[in-house]
Amino acid sequence: MLSFTKIKVLSIYLILFLGIFFASLNFKSNNLINKKVNLGLDLQGGSYILLEIDTRPLINQKLQTKVIPIKKLLNKNEIVFRDFTISQDNISLTIEKEKQDKFKNLFFKQQENTINNFISEYNKFELELEFNQNKVFIKFSKFGLLSLNNAALKQSIEIIRRRIDDVGTKEPTILQRGDKRILVELPGIDNPERIKELLGKTAQLTFRLVSKNDAFGSEKLILSESGEELTVNKRVVISGDNLVDAQPQFDNQSNQPIVLFTLDRLGAQKFGRITTENVGRRLAIVLDNSVISAPQIREAIIGGTGTISGGFSFQESTDLALLLRSGALPAPINIVEERTVGPDLGKDSIDAGVFSLIVGFVLVIIFMFIKYRIFGLVSNISLVSNLLMMIGILTILEATLTLPGIAGIILTVGMAVDSNVLIYERIKEELKTEKSIIHAFDTGYNKAKITVIDANVTTLIAAVILFIFGSGPVKGFAVTLGTGIVTTLFSAYFIARHLTSVIVLNDKKGRYFNL
Amino acid sequence: MNNKINFSKFFNVANIFSLLAVIISILFLFFKGLNYGVDFKGGTLLEIRIENKNIQIQDVRESLNIPELGDVNVKQFGIEGDFLIKFEKNANENEKFITDLKNNISKKIASAVNFRRVETVGPKVSGELLKQGVTAIILALSAMLFYIWIRFEWQFSLGSIIALIHDVVITLGIFSILSFEVNLSIVAAVLTIVGYSMNDTVVIFDRIRENLLKYSKLKTNEIADISVNETLSRTIITSLTTLLALFSIFILGGEILKGFSFAMILGVVIGTYSSIFVASPVLNYFKVTQRTLLKDEDL
Repeated sequence: MLSFTKIKVLSIYLILFLGIFFASLNFKSNNLINKKVNLGLDLQGGSYILLEIDTRPLINQKLQTKVIPIKKLLNKNEIVFRDFTISQDNISLTIEKEKQDKFKNLFFKQQENTINNFISEYNKFELELEFNQNKVFIKFSKFGLLSLNNAALKQSIEIIRRRIDDVGTKEPTILQRGDKRILVELPGIDNPERIKELLGKTAQLTFRLVSKNDAFGSEKLILSESGEELTVNKRVVISGDNLVDAQPQFDNQSNQPIVLFTLDRLGAQKFGRITTENVGRRLAIVLDNSVISAPQIREAIIGGTGTISGGFSFQESTDLALLLRSGALPAPINIVEERTVGPDLGKDSIDAGVFSLIVGFVLVIIFMFIKYRIFGLVSNISLVSNLLMMIGILTILEATLTLPGIAGIILTVGMAVDSNVLIYERIKEELKTEKSIIHAFDTGYNKAKITVIDANVTTLIAAVILFIFGSGPVKGFAVTLGTGIVTTLFSAYFIARHLTSVIVLNDKKGRYFNL
Repeated sequence: MNNKINFSKFFNVANIFSLLAVIISILFLFFKGLNYGVDFKGGTLLEIRIENKNIQIQDVRESLNIPELGDVNVKQFGIEGDFLIKFEKNANENEKFITDLKNNISKKIASAVNFRRVETVGPKVSGELLKQGVTAIILALSAMLFYIWIRFEWQFSLGSIIALIHDVVITLGIFSILSFEVNLSIVAAVLTIVGYSMNDTVVIFDRIRENLLKYSKLKTNEIADISVNETLSRTIITSLTTLLALFSIFILGGEILKGFSFAMILGVVIGTYSSIFVASPVLNYFKVTQRTLLKDEDL
């Protein structure tokens, strides 16, 4: 165990050198390799926001769009139906038994199917049928729901990215988490309230006419500025989909902040026609079920641009313009988890973490030196190498260092010496019975090897499981703990063993063996 | 070895003591339960720093006298003027909630307030986090059980797992008795304890296995005694260096790491004890002898 070939020695120190090189990148920037250990949000300050989309309204909305095509199909094929009702997650109707097969065939037609999309990705239909005597239920299949959900999630991520980019935060992270969640990380933000407000809004904009009486197909909505209750037609004149741009501006006359919007060609045509036909009536501008403003149409608006005024502050008009530009979310989004750390707390945590790391490190080094003298020194050199290589590996992985991660490093420092202690204690025992010092060291290393490996594998198991199941900061702890085990094994069995061999082979008289 | 300590003499006493400690822990866990933090219970946590150091904890409490918050818990945290506020309400039902609360506190105590940390966890997420934490601990235990079973015999595996469960239950029991908060980092600490205690147990088991093959005449308890003594200096030194590092986190690492390092310190002490006084006697109860080890090789 004490003999090393030249190649082996060379590769050991080459690996150590590489570790030190990568570790140094954190302190001195290098133009060629741009790698660094990232600081977690708990250390640099920032906001972690977990969002969850609620697809239930979307399912209902999608079912609504199927109503007319289904009725058309039934009428065209002379299938008599009655009791056509639509509920939260299904459409039900009554069809005579003998016609049900015909309907089924039309419903699952592969080509030119106007009602039931075939999802080639899963090789399945989006909708499925359920029969109960004369009753027929139409609802989304598992795969239909899945693709609906995925599409909504993808679109939401896109829109959220646009909104956050528009606000102009530095290096935001926006990731999909599971099949319903979106993770947003905003480093350096200590007051995320404005962004939270922007993220939480669906921003579904519609222009709808105000009715004079409680006509059929209208609903009562509140005008947010004055609290006035308005009866608003359910029929949408134009929606936010027709919007191509929105900018905050000041009104020429009143100097109030307003939002100037521009419609696409189709929207402009429609808007022109409606405003021409309805001069004198009020047009409600509805955002997420509340009326922002309901001005009277004084004249036809044919240019495709218009303004929204609603007694906004400048910030409000800026945010509204931003929301309209980025588009509406396909489904409502809720914040299910938020963690925000202010930059000064982050800095305090780094200071305390690094300070306790240094103190712990120095204490362990002093202890080992007192206990094992020259071999304590060897162990300490391997401990320093261990720490440097650990930082090196974390740099290569571009891992994120969190506060528990720093704790993981400190813990590694405490436990790293275990391998060396195990070996030295073993050698001590061997020295009692063995006359040849070299032989004693050799058997010592050999016999301790199994124990060292067994002991470290068990800790590695804990680290791996923590990494898989842990979330956020805990993951950071698992990464440093796991990395620490690997570097510990390397430094104990290669670096420390080589240094020991140099001492033992050069000091045949055993002057230093006061283990 | 001159400093031979007759550990096996204390095995019975220690086992009764351990059993009592485990029973008391379970009773506390069952009846008093754990003081779950925001991570596992849901709700909101605020860490604030008030510039005006004359503001007392009662003032902060009064400023939070808002009925909709529900159960509010305020405590001093770290240096003077730093407070930790916890309440059950999920602040994200309304995006403006935190902003309003901030203004409210600043106005009522008439001093600049720095919001250093805000954590809000919804009920669904907190439930998932708790489930994940428990799953992680159970999985870690099973994985280690399996590893030891492959590397040693099933009796060793059982011995080590009994020791691990002993450590985890007592650590959590102490957290329950002291009403210390259990959050995500405590789960990490418990898992590390599991790893550390296992590490310790493996070292002793390794020696027991070696000695079982070396001495065929001795009783299992005598072999356990020899093995524990032979590895004793290592056990003490490693525990010491680990504790040195942990105490430096506990004292100097800041408030946030206090709970974590406290759990670890407890775990290292209990884990070291259990490797000697719990895991080793189990081998005797299961009548592990040289023949147990040789059986495999004969096949």
